[in-house]
Amino acid sequence: MSGVLVIAEHRQGALREATLECLGAALALGGEATTLLLADAPDALAGEITGRTHGLKLYAHPDLAAFNPELYLPVVMDAVKALQPSLVLMPHSSQGMDLAPALAGRLGLPLVTDCTGLSWNDGALSVQRAVYGGKAMQELALKPAATVVATLQAGAYQAAPAGAAETASESVTLTELAPRHARRFLEYLAGVVEDVDIAEADILVSVGRGIGGPDNIPQAQALADALGATLSCSRPVADAGWLPKSRQVGTSGKTVRPKIYLALGISGAFQHQAGMKNSGTIIAVNSDPRAPIFQVAHYGIVADLFEVLPKLSERFGG
Amino acid sequence: MKILVLVKNVPEVAEAELEIDQGALDLEDLEMVVNEWDNYAVEEAVRITEASGGEVHLMTLGNEDDEDVLRRGLAMGAHAASHLCDEAFDGSDPATLARVIAAAVKDGGYDLILTGVQSADLGQASTGVLLAQELGLPHATMAIALEPGAGEVVVTRELENNTSEKVALPLPALVTVQSGINQPRYVSIMGIRKVRKMTIEQIEADDLGLAEESLGAAASMVDSQSLALPPMGEGAQMLEGGLDSVCDQAAAILREKGGLA
Repeated sequence: MSGVLVIAEHRQGALREATLECLGAALALGGEATTLLLADAPDALAGEITGRTHGLKLYAHPDLAAFNPELYLPVVMDAVKALQPSLVLMPHSSQGMDLAPALAGRLGLPLVTDCTGLSWNDGALSVQRAVYGGKAMQELALKPAATVVATLQAGAYQAAPAGAAETASESVTLTELAPRHARRFLEYLAGVVEDVDIAEADILVSVGRGIGGPDNIPQAQALADALGATLSCSRPVADAGWLPKSRQVGTSGKTVRPKIYLALGISGAFQHQAGMKNSGTIIAVNSDPRAPIFQVAHYGIVADLFEVLPKLSERFGG
Repeated sequence: MKILVLVKNVPEVAEAELEIDQGALDLEDLEMVVNEWDNYAVEEAVRITEASGGEVHLMTLGNEDDEDVLRRGLAMGAHAASHLCDEAFDGSDPATLARVIAAAVKDGGYDLILTGVQSADLGQASTGVLLAQELGLPHATMAIALEPGAGEVVVTRELENNTSEKVALPLPALVTVQSGINQPRYVSIMGIRKVRKMTIEQIEADDLGLAEESLGAAASMVDSQSLALPPMGEGAQMLEGGLDSVCDQAAAILREKGGLA
């Protein structure tokens, strides 16, 4: 095979959408797409993949209910050796970050991660990636290689449409898993306890690293109060403990789609954009005219947020 | 517990306007700082040894100026530091870097190796896990909590959509640390001055028995690479005018789209 091998991702009984985006990328690249689905009950998860991949291999084992790279690796390595794909593709997710470098390392294959674009160029892979927190784009031309391992940024490709391919599926019974190391999955933990659910808010005033420190949070809260809005934030603000984790918008936090999202001092790294880009109206204030947030905002203001904050509050009686 | 933390110096870009010159980042006006994720890893290691004994070793791979990142970690409470520094390493891809680092740490007797989930520059999130494969160690990425115990470490991994999972790894193991796992301590200039006399082990390619042709650009999977700034003028309608005018416009948009009085 010279096509693409996609490693499906699922959690707590549901297939993850990012898998379908990998299939979208695989189909865009052309050639055969084969999907590996490892699960306790893969048949129950196969529905969404069927019709979007040419080949589908279903591996069933009770220990595959939750992801564990040590259990996945021997299966995926055998499949790569048998199928000889040009590309092994999976999401750049908490799972892909655990699996892709381990696979590439154990098989000695080239690895490109968090890709936003992939194309073939005379048998070698060309890759686009966002670097420096989304402030620059990297274009990589790889040397020719028989097989490359790649992870794909969520949202970079559209999900493969249903019926895009005719699927031949095959069930593979795994009698024995052969982990190299005794890593054990213990349990899932639910998210942090909420003081307020930012996903329910009509208007979010959201602050980023540009807010500078905890002493400046009350200024943003004052504007939020004047607007009848809820205060949210980007990752660095929650990491620093300036606002609770429950206020964080982004891939690892909450996905929000309020009527209005007012982004103050948020540069707009991809992980943040993924959590807010479907908001009704996005207004961004940032001192850097090239901040990536302006690519998803509807309205942009290049200014010092500390000049804008009091003036805006004033206009709403704050 | 003997812990190794891999750290890296990176340009501070969060608050900077980047300039690209001939496909490469212009570093002239950028300050070099410890990679944010690695800083959390150092703090976590120091806390573990403060609570239950042991020692923290630091290692970086970089040019001479990058020694700063080791001094900073020593000031945070690390006990020793090594600097992999050789022009032969320039242009290496993550797989090569993992081989170099593996050669330097394989006999170190570490119980736990920590590094950041990714670096703030190219953000490949690869080198740590590749190193674990080189060393034959179990690994886990995206740690937001670590509970070291007898013969194993329980790692809480951040997943997507406000969920996480707990996994157990037998020691020795390699774990990549996510931002926010702790609140790293402040490092003062005085603190860094206090550790200026600590010896930093210098390691070159020869010391590791690595042939030059197995390193650098020649051994890299990458044929060529270039950087560009993202396109401007796509996306937002920029509000123009003086500060008052811009705020009037923003207020009008808020009233219209938000249904505010």
